[in-house]
Parts: sequence; C-alpha cells; structure tokens
Amino acid sequence: MILNNNILTIVTFLPLVGAFFILLTPGRDDVAVLNIKRIALATTTVTFLFTLVMWGMFDPDTAEFQFVQNYPWVGDVIGYRMGVDGISILFIVLTGLLMPMCILASWESISFRVREYMVLFLVLETLMIGVFATLDLAMFYVFFEGSLIPMFLIIGIWGGKKRIQASYKFFFYTFVGSVLMLLAIMAMYWYAGTLDISRLLQVEFPESMQIWLWLAFFASLAVKMPMWPFHRWLPEAHVEAPTAGSVILAAILLKMGGYGFLRFSLPMFPDASVFFADFVFVLSVAAIIITSLVALVQTDIKKLIAYSSVAHMGFVTMGIFTGNVYGVQGAIFQMISHGIVSGALFLSVGVIYDRMHTRDIAAYGGLVERMPRYAFAFMVFTMANVGLPGTSGFVGEFLTLLAIFQVNTWFAILATTGVILSACYALWLYRQVIFGGLEKESLKGILDLNAREMLTIVPLIILTIFFGFYPAPLLDATAVSVQALVDQYAAASGLAGAVQ
Amino acid sequence: MIQAIVFLPLIGALVAGFFGRVIGHKPAEILTTALLMISALLSWAVFIPFFLGNAEAYQVEVMRWINSGDLDLRWVLRVDTLTAIMLVVVNTVSSLVHLYSIGYMHEDPHRARFFAYLSLFTFAMLMLVTADNFLQMFFGWEGVGLASYLLIGFWYKKPSANAAAMKAFVVNRVGDFGFALGIFGTFFLFGTLGFDETFAVLSGAEGMTIPFLGAEFDAMTVICLLLFMGAMGKSAQFLLHTWLPDAMEGPTPVSALIHAATMVTAGVFMVARLSPMFEMSETATLVVIYIGAITAFFAATVGLVQNDIKRVIAYSTCSQLGYMFVALGVGAYSAGIFHLFTHAFFKALLFLGAGSVIHAMHHEQDMRNMGGIAKKVPLTYWMMIIGTLALTGVGIPGTMFGFAGFFSKDAIIEAAYAFGGPAGTLSFWLLVVAALFTSFYSWRLIHLTFHGKTRADHHTFDHAHESPNVMLIPLYVLAVGAVLSGVIFYDVFFGHAEHVEHFFHGSIVVDAAIIDAAHYVPTWVKWSATVAMLAGFVGAWYFYIRSPETPKQLAAEHPHLYKFLLNKWYFDELYHHIFVRPARWLGNALWKGFDDWFIDQTVVEGLGRRVKQVTAQVVKLQSGYLYHYAFAMLIGVAALITWAIAAGGLLG
Repeated sequence: MILNNNILTIVTFLPLVGAFFILLTPGRDDVAVLNIKRIALATTTVTFLFTLVMWGMFDPDTAEFQFVQNYPWVGDVIGYRMGVDGISILFIVLTGLLMPMCILASWESISFRVREYMVLFLVLETLMIGVFATLDLAMFYVFFEGSLIPMFLIIGIWGGKKRIQASYKFFFYTFVGSVLMLLAIMAMYWYAGTLDISRLLQVEFPESMQIWLWLAFFASLAVKMPMWPFHRWLPEAHVEAPTAGSVILAAILLKMGGYGFLRFSLPMFPDASVFFADFVFVLSVAAIIITSLVALVQTDIKKLIAYSSVAHMGFVTMGIFTGNVYGVQGAIFQMISHGIVSGALFLSVGVIYDRMHTRDIAAYGGLVERMPRYAFAFMVFTMANVGLPGTSGFVGEFLTLLAIFQVNTWFAILATTGVILSACYALWLYRQVIFGGLEKESLKGILDLNAREMLTIVPLIILTIFFGFYPAPLLDATAVSVQALVDQYAAASGLAGAVQ
Repeated sequence: MIQAIVFLPLIGALVAGFFGRVIGHKPAEILTTALLMISALLSWAVFIPFFLGNAEAYQVEVMRWINSGDLDLRWVLRVDTLTAIMLVVVNTVSSLVHLYSIGYMHEDPHRARFFAYLSLFTFAMLMLVTADNFLQMFFGWEGVGLASYLLIGFWYKKPSANAAAMKAFVVNRVGDFGFALGIFGTFFLFGTLGFDETFAVLSGAEGMTIPFLGAEFDAMTVICLLLFMGAMGKSAQFLLHTWLPDAMEGPTPVSALIHAATMVTAGVFMVARLSPMFEMSETATLVVIYIGAITAFFAATVGLVQNDIKRVIAYSTCSQLGYMFVALGVGAYSAGIFHLFTHAFFKALLFLGAGSVIHAMHHEQDMRNMGGIAKKVPLTYWMMIIGTLALTGVGIPGTMFGFAGFFSKDAIIEAAYAFGGPAGTLSFWLLVVAALFTSFYSWRLIHLTFHGKTRADHHTFDHAHESPNVMLIPLYVLAVGAVLSGVIFYDVFFGHAEHVEHFFHGSIVVDAAIIDAAHYVPTWVKWSATVAMLAGFVGAWYFYIRSPETPKQLAAEHPHLYKFLLNKWYFDELYHHIFVRPARWLGNALWKGFDDWFIDQTVVEGLGRRVKQVTAQVVKLQSGYLYHYAFAMLIGVAALITWAIAAGGLLG
C-alpha cells in the first residue's frame, strides 16, 4: 500500500534525489566525473524500473485516475495532486525508458561540465514526468514551462556552433505560446474555482469561453508539438542540441503538446474542439505533406529527421481531433512509437557524429561496408519511420488514417500521401549515408557500434519490432481511458450540436 | 503444419542474417535451403488433398495484433484452395531459387546475407498468401516490398542498383497508398477487416454510396479501384510498371523468384482473393480488363527492342501479368490463377536460364555481345527452349497436347472473347497481338543469345562454360513444371465448370457462365493465339536468322518508333518531369521560401525584433550568461504563478 500510494511521487522525484547526490559528490577529477555519471545512470535506471513497476500495478480496466495523491498546498488553490490514467501512464514509462539511454549516449561525448549536465538531465526528468503525473493545472504549467529551462541550458551550453541562436529561438517560440496558456489557466480557475484537473474534467465551460480557452491552449501546445507552421524552432534546436538533448526533445518534449490536447482541449473544451477540428486537420495535413517535402531536400541529417518528426506529429494531431477511439488510441500509439523511433534515430545520428563530427549527409556514404551492425539498426529505424507494417511506426499511422477516413475522405487521401513521401526522404537518407561505395578517405577507419552504443540501440530495435507485431500492451493500457474520453467527448459535443 | 510452412523460412532468415558470419556461409546456405525444401514439401502435402478434392479450408490463430474499439485484428493463418495453390508456387520456386543461388552466388562475399533476404522474402510472401484479413495481407504486401528493396539493392556499391531499389519501393508505395485507402474504405463501410466477415455482409453494400472527394460515388467501385491501385503497383501494371525493369539490377535469382514468379503476382492474388468484392462493381472489373490488356500489349511492344536479356524477360513478365488481370476482369478468376501458376514455372525457368547464360558469359547481360553459345551451354540452351515453348504457348488447339502456357494463356484469350462487348473484344485483340509479340521477342532472345555467329569477345566466348549441377537441377525441375503443369491441372482450373467450382470450394468466385462460354468460342478464336504464336516465331526467324540486316534497316527507317519503344514509351522521363522534379522544387521553395524567409525572417523577426537584438548581444558573451537568463525565466514563471494564485485567491 505504501508503494501504491506513493509510487508517483517516487518516480517523479527520484531523479531529483539523484541530482542532489551529484551536487554533493566532491572533486573535479576524472574519478569524480565517473562517479557522477554512474550516479546519473543508476538513478535513471532505478527510476525506469519504478515506472515499470507502476505500469505493472496499473489497472487497465478503469478510466479512473490511479495512484492518486491529493494534498492541499499553496493557499488551498494549488494542490499537490498526482494521478495517472491510461492516457498519461505510457508517457511516464517512455520517459523512464529513454533517460538511461541518454545518460549512456552522453558518456563520452560530453567532455566538460559533466556535473552540471547530469544535474540538468535529472532535473529535466523530474519535470517531464511531473507534466504527465500531475493533476493540478498550475503544477502542470510549472512542470510544462519548467522543462524549458534545463533544455534551454542543455542546448545553449553543450550544443553546436549556433547553439545560442537556436536556444533562444527555442525559448522564444515556446514561451510566447505559454503566456497565453497561463492566462487561460487563470480564466479557468476564475470560472470553475478549482485547479484540480480531475474536477475540471467535469466542468462544462460555456461555448464562447471554450473557444478562447481552446485557442490559448492551442497557442502553447501547437508550438510544443510542433504543428505546422509553428515548427520553425525545432530543426534549429535539434541541429544544435547534443545527441541526448535531441533524443529528449523529439521523444518526450514534443509529446507534451499531444498530451495537452488529450488532457485539456478535447475533454474540457469539446465544443471548441469540434469547431476547430477542420482547422487542426488542415494544419495536420499541411504538416504531413509540406514538411515531408521539405525533408526531401535537406542536406543535414538531423534537420531531415527533425522535419520528419513534424510530419509524424501531423498524424498525432489529426488522430486526436477525429475524436474517435481509433484516432485517439492511434495518436497515443504514434507518440509512444515516435518516442522510441525518433529517439533511436537521433541516437544513431549521434553515433556517427561522435566519430566524424559532421551532420552533413554528403560527408557519408557506404557505411555498411565497415558498420554492418549500425546499418542494420539504421534500417530498422528507417523502416519504422516509413511506417512499415511489423514495426511500431505502422500501428499509429494506420489507426490515425483509419480514423480520419471515417470523418473526412479528403483529409484521409491527403494525409495518406505521407506514406509515399516518407518513403522518399527516409530511403534517400539511408541510401546516401549507408549504401554506396565507401570511397571517402575519412570514413575508411570508422568503427562499428561499440558495446555501450549497442546497449542503447539494441533495446530500441527490439521494442520497435515487438510493438509492431504485438502492440497489445500499449493499446490495452490506453483502451479504457480512451473509450471514456471519446464517449464523454461524443456526449458533450453531440449536445452542442443539438443546441445549434 | 501451416505454422511450419510459414515460419521455417523466417527461422532460416533470422539464423542466416544474425549468425551468418558466426556459422559461416556454407552452413547458412544449406540451412536456409534445407528449411525451404521442407516448407515446399509440406506445401505440396497441403495442396494435394485440395487438388484431389478432399480437404476443407481452415484457419489457425497465432496471436493478437491490433485491437482498438470495434477493430479486432489478429495474426491468423488461413488455408484454403487459393492459399494452397500459392503455397505451392511460392515455396517450390523459392526452394529451387535457394538451391540455384548456392551456385550462382558462390563468389559473393555477402552470400549469407543474400540467403537471409531470400528467406525473409519467402516468409513475407507466405504471410501475404495466408492472410485472413486485409491488414495481414498488407503486412505481407509491404514485407515483400521491403525484401524486394533489399535484394534489388543487394549490390549496394552500384549506384544504379540503389536507385532501382528505391524506385521499386517508392513506386510500390504509390500503389500501397491506394491499397491503404481501400482498406480504410472497407472498414468504413463494413466495420470489419476480416475477409470472411466482410464477404458475409457484402450484399448490404449494394447501391451504397460513399462520400469521396466531395462527391458521392458507388461505394464498391471506389473501394475496389483503390484496392486495385495496390495491385497495379505490386504487379507492375501500366502506369505503375516503371520499377520492374529497373529491378533487374538485383541478382538474377532474385529476378526469378520475386520479379517473375511470386511477388509480382501478389496483385493477381489480391484481386482473386477479393473476387466477391470486385464482382460487385462492373466499373472496377472493366478497369481491371483495360489496364490488364493495355499492359499486356504495351509491355510486349517494349520487349521487342530491348537488348538486355533480363529486361526482355522483365517486360515479358509485365505483359503476362496483364493477361492474368484480363482474366480476373472478365470474371474468369480461375483462369487468371491458372496462368499465375504455370507462369511461375516457365518464367522462373527462363530467368534462371538467363542467369546461367550470364554466369557463363562472365556477367555479360547485353544480347548484342552474345550469340552462338548454344554449343557452349547445351543444357541451359535446351532448358531455355522449353521455357520459351511454354511462354509462347506452343500446343495444338482442341487437343491436350501443349506446353503449360498454351493451356493457361489460351484460356484467358478465349475468356476475353467470350466476355464480349467493347472491353472483351478490345482485350481479345490486344492479347492476340501481344501473343504474336511475345513469340517474336522470345525467339529473338533465343536467336540473339544462342544462335548464329558469336558477337562476344574472344576471351569471354572461349571461357563460356556450362553451369554446375546445383544450378542446373532447379532448371530441370522447373522445366518439368513448364511442360506438365498445364495439362495436369487444366481440368481443375479451367475444365468443366463443376470441377472448377469443386476445386476452389468458394475460395474465389467461380463464374460457370464465363467458363462455359469460353469453351464454346468459335474455332478461329481457339486458333488465333496459336496462329499469332507461329507468326511471331516465323518473324523472329526471318529477322534474326534469315536476314539479320532487316532489324537494323527497320530501326533506321522508323527512328522515332524505334526510339519510342527503346525508351519504354518515355515513362521514366515523363514521371521525372511531372513528379520528381516538381517535388524537389516544391521542397526547396517551401523550405527556403516559406520556412526560412517567410516565417523566420519576416514574421518571427518582425514580431521579435527585440528578442533578436538581445540574441545578437548575447552571442558575443560567454555561455555562462545563460544561467542568468535561465534564472530569469524561472523567476518569471514563479512570479506569474504567484500572481495567478493571488488573483485567483482574491476572486475566489
């Protein structure tokens, strides 16, 4: 019972405890640095195990919030409220999974200020898990915006040559949107008298108010996703971020946007969601087609993958606003799968960047000759990115497309062109980097994956294929909560239709 | 048993792929080949009871797949007559190709990987043919596409092979775009994706319309045409055919297995499997007929002038697939499957024979540099002759004397005539003309390669040698199929309508009327294909033996027509200009123009000029200053929250 009541607090704040110990570790010599890395790895690994335990204890047959903690905190307004349901739990597990890999990926590539780096990563983990675990709107806002800060610093300090511009662009975009969200949160509090998310879910906001609230949340969430045309910060941030920063950015931070739509926009502002659905579809389809075309002409590996992320997030927003069970479950699945696959792709890019110190596609070619293991891993992730059946990338794409076809065939046709375009850019990248003759002098001595890299990449290969053939664990976890969400959405928006 | 048939190749693929370098090339080759042989024998064991008419269809569930809402998809292996036929085709050809590859690839440093891919392909193809629902079929569909991509690009150092591999995948994806939409439409209409469940409620879709692209269309027509788009991609039909000739960049055993006998027939299999749906839309079946007939004709014309031995056979494949689609379109599904069945044997035979020639000629593929090698490779030569006799459909109409292609091809031509109407008449004539061309280019290939004086260089010609037994034995086995598969199986595929119905047992639609009508077409129709075949044979003899100067003169007198055919009707150039280049141009315009210029420099810079100024200053500073900014952000967040609480507290 003790575990049951406190598990969310444990997984959320355990990384912070690790960060505390790292700060206490004395010395600046190599031994101290190694100890710091070890503490970080141990902390994130244990946190991951706890997230798995939590998933094991999670009851998928109820849509209620579980592992709930609710204590009044700041002036009876903000509460320490925690809880998860089928919509949030997988994101916490995903965060737990990817953090140890990020630490491992940074093992050798981060050469200075290791202590600060590790502390920031652990703080970031707490903030990210907090986003998905909290049931208090103000706390959500703090976690949501707070996670900007460590990422801002990670890009700004350990990033590439243009890191400063990139980190400010990242900050500028995401912060402008969030100010509007804060105003909306205040308005919701004035209207409903509570910041408790589980109670807010029962509140019916007037339709005109919903419109404004929806737009304010949209301003923040759409930038975070990012939806086209608010995506411009992402390629820059990815290009300049260190490998682990890119992994977290693509795998977790983007998902906060999708999670926000699912947690707030759809259930709390159903009338507005119906009203804006076509608008979201237009932007989603634009993301799928336009950013895919842009990905087609990129010369920088990370930029190409970043643009493809935007396209993949298009399937997510499209799926969410179909408001049917296939679309919403597909969107969640697509987010988890994209977390695994894009994380893996950025790790893979990190592998060759560490060796060659360039992200220029033209600098590579014929890697399969000397790096057969790497070529295999990259093939699996490329195929998942393309959405090949039998990889996790397929399931989410399929379900969201199936869902949009039920709603509107125009959008379905346009969005389905994404399966052609993704094949074009992803296979083109693979061909340029992996295939061909190994002719460049600089590549002749390149080494295949080492044991540490295998440790990060192999589990992701296994998960990519496993969830492609057997997605049931993820779909089962989300099924009941999504069904409840969809039913409530249908009831609420159906009512609105009757009024009109 | 069906589990063993499907999963043994997968086991072989995994072992050879992951442990090939550990266990060595030879064990990897032997293991994958042996597993495939077992799979093939078991396939025949499954098929023969169906052939004898004493087997029942059944399904075996493996595990759950995708569950969401009303969607309940499982991995299920389905065995019925149609599947059993495909099992035999796929595993027989695949096991022979495995065996052949031991000889053909014996010098390749990556042959364990090659065998892993071959077995992986076989697994995906088996998943396709045993599918019990649309999505598992789609899984196999894309899985064979992946294997095809990997095998076409097997020689990854060749830029042309990489380009061809990518082209194959992308063009197939265009077809899959339609297939996927067809699946969504099916679910939209029927709320299920299981074959049996869908077929059970088909009648409810009679006269239903579907909102599509802003208008209402007949639902079944829209869905069938979308699904057919997938079939067109996979089976390289007119408009989506461009990848198949390029796919010849892959090793020749791959061409035989994937790009002749099995994968490219997946489209035919799909339409046959979904025959109850296609039967509900007259428009869709007419489209199938026209596309099939045009492909049969178009590919045959291009085949007339190609110089690469493999490309000639590739266009021939394309053309023969067109025949099969005509059969499906006119409702003679069993005739289409019959041709699929016989074609697998003789086309694999021709490809492997061509591989044997290429092997003998030290990787020379251009027929202009061959000639007169019949004596050098006598066994290969005779096998190629058998393949050609089967492909061109040699036989005596009205009797049971003939090679395999004679029975199946004539069945299609007769069915097309019997179907009548503009579609039937047009396709009948196109197919007859295509039969003439087929005969011409097939004998042209034989003459250019084996007869006359050699045009090969001295060295190559002197060293030309017959292939080892490991490569010849598969040829013998396939030759037996090319001779006998027609006469033995004619009765169950296209004999008395009752026999056909009994054999297929509901696994495809069997329309007794069209079969009966095909049997009673006028005598001149029955002879038409044979006459066309003979005309082609005589033409080839005249052009390439009697008067070898004629082809050059003809080409010189009609340079435009010759160029037009040689360049494959300019489809590659056309697509390059209307798809590839605009896509890249758009990509660049959207990136540089919209993203960089409009959003970044105009909107964001306009809005955030102050931020930009701050940025410019900070760039010069040390990164240590970042902490100040981060701290400021933190303070800002805290302040806003405090204010929020205070404001909330006051009002609340």
